[in-house]
Order: sequence, then C-alpha cells, then structure tokens
Amino acid sequence: MYRNLTIKQKQIVWAWAFLAIPVLFYGVIRFYPTGNAFLISFQNWNLLGDRTWAGLENYRELWNDPVFWQVFRNTFAYLLIGTPVSLVISFVIAYHLDKTRFMHGFLRMLYFLPFMTSAVAMAWVWRWFYQPVPIGLFNNLLASVGLSQVAFLNSTTNALPSVLAPAVWAGLGFQVIIFMAGLRAIPVSYYEAARIDGVGWWTQLTQITLPLLRPTLVFIVVFSSIGFLRIFDHVFNMTTNNPGGPLNSTKPLVLMIYDTAFNGFNMGYAAAQTVVLFTILLIVSLLQLWILRSD
Amino acid sequence: MFKTITGKSVRGVALASATSAALFAASAADAVEIEYWQYFFDARVTAMEQLIENFQAANPDITVTMTHFPYADYRTKVAAAVPAGEGPDVVQLFYGWLNDYKEAQLIQPLPADTFPAAEIDEAFFPMVQAMKEGDRYWALPTAVRSLALFYNERLFEEAGIDGPPETLDELVETAAALTKRDGAGNITQVGITAGMTAQDHHWWREGLIRQFGGEPYVDDYQTVNYNSDAGKAALGFYTDLFMGDDAVSAVGFMDEPQAAFKAGRAGMHIDGSFRIGSLNNTRGLKWGVTELPATADGAQSNYSSYWVNAITTKAEGEKYDAAVKFMQYITSDEAMQIWLDVVGELPAKPSVGLTEENAQNEVFGPFIRGLEYAHTTKFVNESAQRQLMVEMIERMTLQDMPLEESLAIAAEAEQKILDAAYKE
Repeated sequence: MYRNLTIKQKQIVWAWAFLAIPVLFYGVIRFYPTGNAFLISFQNWNLLGDRTWAGLENYRELWNDPVFWQVFRNTFAYLLIGTPVSLVISFVIAYHLDKTRFMHGFLRMLYFLPFMTSAVAMAWVWRWFYQPVPIGLFNNLLASVGLSQVAFLNSTTNALPSVLAPAVWAGLGFQVIIFMAGLRAIPVSYYEAARIDGVGWWTQLTQITLPLLRPTLVFIVVFSSIGFLRIFDHVFNMTTNNPGGPLNSTKPLVLMIYDTAFNGFNMGYAAAQTVVLFTILLIVSLLQLWILRSD
Repeated sequence: MFKTITGKSVRGVALASATSAALFAASAADAVEIEYWQYFFDARVTAMEQLIENFQAANPDITVTMTHFPYADYRTKVAAAVPAGEGPDVVQLFYGWLNDYKEAQLIQPLPADTFPAAEIDEAFFPMVQAMKEGDRYWALPTAVRSLALFYNERLFEEAGIDGPPETLDELVETAAALTKRDGAGNITQVGITAGMTAQDHHWWREGLIRQFGGEPYVDDYQTVNYNSDAGKAALGFYTDLFMGDDAVSAVGFMDEPQAAFKAGRAGMHIDGSFRIGSLNNTRGLKWGVTELPATADGAQSNYSSYWVNAITTKAEGEKYDAAVKFMQYITSDEAMQIWLDVVGELPAKPSVGLTEENAQNEVFGPFIRGLEYAHTTKFVNESAQRQLMVEMIERMTLQDMPLEESLAIAAEAEQKILDAAYKE
C-alpha cells in the first residue's frame, strides 16, 4: 500500500510518523490533563470518593473568598514589581557587560550562576539571611552597627518584596544572556554611522539599541511575566512553616492551588483556581504580544 | 449390595475429593499473601519489619509484604490503588483521615467478634474511641503520641534553676530567668519557644483552654467553643509569652521552635514524643523532659494524636482472615513494646504504657503519663485548622488587633471549615 503512494504522500506519512511521538506526548501529558482539570473544576472531588457535579459552585466560592482576592493581588504584585525590576537590572548589566572586555567570560559566568542554582537551596539560604537576631545575616549586620532590626519575612508589608528579591536575582542570569545575544545581533555599522554623525550615547541607546531590541524585549517580558505569575518554589521554601504567610501576604495563586489540592484535598476548588490561573496567563501573554507586536 | 458398593465408592470419591480440596485449601492457605502499606519513616519501617518477622514466625501460612511511600504521595497512592484492587489489605492512616476513607469505602470495619468494642474501650487509652462507630471499631493504633515539656539542662544549670517547672506560673518565672537579650534589647535566647506552626496549637487547643476551665469544642468536635472566657484567658496566657516588653519568647525565633531548642538557644520547648529521636542525635545538647505544666490547682490536660491501622475493602476471603490476624498482632502488647523500643512512639494501651518500667522511664514516662489526661482533636483539615491559629496570633502581633477580636475571627473561620466538612 505504501508503495502506491506518491512522493508527496510518502513525505506526509513520514512527517506524521515523526510527529506522532510529540503529538502523542502532548496529547497524553498536556492536553488530556488540561481538559480534565477544566472538567474537575465543575465537580467536587476529595481524591478518595466519587466525583460529583457541582456546577459553578467552585467558581462562586472563589469569587466570594477573600483569601483568593488577596492571593490575586499578590500574584499581580509579583508580576508588576518583578518583571520591570528584573528587566531594568538585567538590561543595565547586559549593556555594560557587553562593553566590558576585561574578564568578560568570567563575569558573564558569575551572573549566570544563580540561574543554575536550585531554587530550593537558594530560597533556604535567603531565608536564613532574613532571620532575626541571633542568626539572620542581615539583622546581625544591622544590630552590630546599632540599628534596629528589620522584620523581613515576619511582616505583612516587607515579606513580599523580601521573597521576590531572590527570585529576581535567580532569573537575572538568563535575561542578561538573552539581552547580550540581542545586543550582539545589532549591526555595528549603525553605531559607526551614528558616531560619524556625532550622536551621543543616550540617543544611540534610545534610537538604535532599544528599537532594535524589540524582539528580545518581547521574549523576555513574556517569559519573565509567566515566570512571576507562576512563582512558587521561592515562596513555598521561604515560608514552609506558614506557607504564603504571614497572613497570606506572600501567597501566590500557585501556592493556593497546591494548598487547596494537597492539604485540603478539595480537588474541584483547586481545579477552578487552576482554570483562573490559566486564563490569567493566557490574557497576559496575548496582551503583551499585542502591545509589543512588531509593526 | 451393588447399591452399597456404589454408595461406598461414591462416598469414597467424595471423601477423596474432600481431602484433596482440603489439601488444596491448605496449600492455598500456605500462599496467603497480604500487603501492608505505610508512609516512609526509617524507624517505623524497621519496627514494622520486626513485627512482620515475628508475625510470620507465628503464622507460617501467611506472608506479609510491606510497601512504603514518601509521606507526600501516600494518600494519593492509596486512593488510586484500593479501588483498582491493587492496594494494601492493611493500611496505616492518620486518624484525621479516617472519615474520608470510610466514606470513600476504602476501608471496612473490624470484625466485632475479634475486636469487641467493649473490650477495646477497656484495654486502650480513651482517645482511641474516636475510631469507634456504634459497637464497632474501624481502625486501631499500634502507637500514640502526646506532648511534653522538653528543657535544656545546661541552660537550667547556668541560670541556677534546680528543676523543670510544674505549674504554668512557674513556667513563666523559669522562662523569664532563662531569657537573654543583647544590648539593644533583641532576644538572643528564649526562655521557652513559641509558634503555632509547631505543636503549640495543640497545646493551646487541648491543653491550655481545658486547663483554664473551658472546652475547645462541643458536639463531638463539630462546634467550636473556644470563643469563651477560658479561651480568652488561655490565649492571653499564651500571647503574654511573646508580646510586651517582658516577653520570654519570640515567634519565629531562629526560624523554627525545634531548631532553637536543638541549637541550645531555648530553655524550654513543648513538643511531641516523635521529637525524641532527633534530639537524641543532637550533639552537645543535654536535655530532659517533663509533663506539661499544670495550673495552680493541679488541672492537667494534654493532646494526643496517632496513626491507625485499618483493613481495606480490598481484603476478602482468606486474605481478610489473614488481615484480621495481622491486625490482632500489630495491636497486641508485644507489638506495642517493640514499637516503643524501636520508634519511640507510645503504646496505645495502658497495660503496656503504664508498666512500672515504661511509665517511670525518664524519657517516655512524661509522655505516657500525659496520655491519661490527653484529648484528641477530631480535625477535618488539620493544616487549615492550624493555619487559623497561626493567623490568630499574626493578627495580634503584626496588625495590633485586640485579642477578643482575633479570637472571634478564628473561631468563626474554624466553624466554617467544620460546617463545610460535616454537611456532606
């Protein structure tokens, strides 16, 4: 039968033969569970008993849950602080690192190192840094110069930025590398032409570098936004005793989902939260692609 | 004649087949294999291996295979396996999960003839009765846990204190003597650890509230009852430990209460019997343990929790019989003593626990004596209910909310969790 096919048809058969594995993989590992999660969000299920239909009850509960709205705000706080801050810092580093020749490779490695470090290990080390006297690094330093302690994690206002800082730092190396690749891709001739015309560095930056970095920017913004919207390991590991605390002030949506599903065993409610997270991620990504779309 | 012969031969055939059936049954009985599941914790696995070995020696016709999982996957795996007919015949569960397992029909009640409720009521410590429904028990523990007051002997000596406190007032005095501060007033050593994230929420619920004359829950733990004068007094006592200028403790000091105690930076620490093992392995720490402090008029109360063993609905026929036998063994006095010696968890029966040797043991004794006045909270979602206690304290320490208001919010929120669980 295969013999009777035209070359074009044979190519299609081969293409599908190779595609079968990823298609199957995505179908079974990605799309089926995703569909299932949508289904469970309309059901009540405690993992042990039967699933029963709940209609929109889970979503109604979510709407009326003050913790959800707090968590919602936190999630966007991570996004709205984390993304711009990490973007600016990583660009500044990449911009200057690009011009540095002295120990360039070594410096680049230093910036990339945190990205390769396990988030769990990093979170625990920072958790130790933030402890009060007598063990915390920062507070011991403050106390040794006679300043009063800062409640980093044990405060409803300081905790979120404190948790975010190592997360930003951890992602920095990756963004720096991407930015540097983007900077290298800009033809040198533009800068030469600009210099011949006597243009200053600020104009070069705003008129040549940034516009030509747009594809890189789009990628980093979308990528890091999704990262911050899904933040979990840093928060969970820095607040394990009181996950997302104090008073839910650091709890992101993913942690609430985890808690609802695997401590409360309320799978339907957790699935409803997952659907909400999915929707947020989808909207934010589409919005960013649209705003930063190339002309 | 002919008939007789036929009759005889028929009987003979019947006899022969009966014999072979019996033989077959016997050889099948030889092969009875039951499965036991528990979560992975080194000492528990070792202890269970010993129990299985002893059980198999006494019952050569039964083989028990043990499977263990990391704690995090435990519940999911059991839930997936039992309905598929793949799981354990006898399973270990946290007592707080029993209801869910019962309702999902994953476990079956213990047979009333081998485990008569009246006898169990008599033989076991009273908190085990949470596992009883009508005249049948659904599950039974091998071992139980309770709370006690650990203290650092070196720090006691250094502060010139001769013995651990016996009353709550003495507790505060002793803690004050053990607290150290640096020049700026920062606490560098706490008199007693504090933090609802550890065991303190149990101490407050079942210990302090009852000692201050209250009852934390009524209607078989379906109604929250701690928003009362006793509840306020108990919360006031507890928060005074770490609020105000003369605090003898700090929440979050050295990250975790048990870490502070292990590091020798805390004079006293309330924790469960399961902590003994890890404290024993801490170099340079010289510690003692005593019963939870009583009130001035001698009122004592403690909290106890346990893991139970139950027979799953998967066990049928000869496997069921074997499972019953195995259950009998692992809830026997002998098994409890082994469990105490290997794991350090307390026997669930006074007949083992309150032997002269165990009850006066300087490490296990305070815990075992505590069992006599211990209560077991029927949690519906322990981590969520603990979280409410954590937040009750945080509202007071971080947001300066008055005690009464914070307590009322916690009581209301916990009632909501209970209502949601019991309405189903």
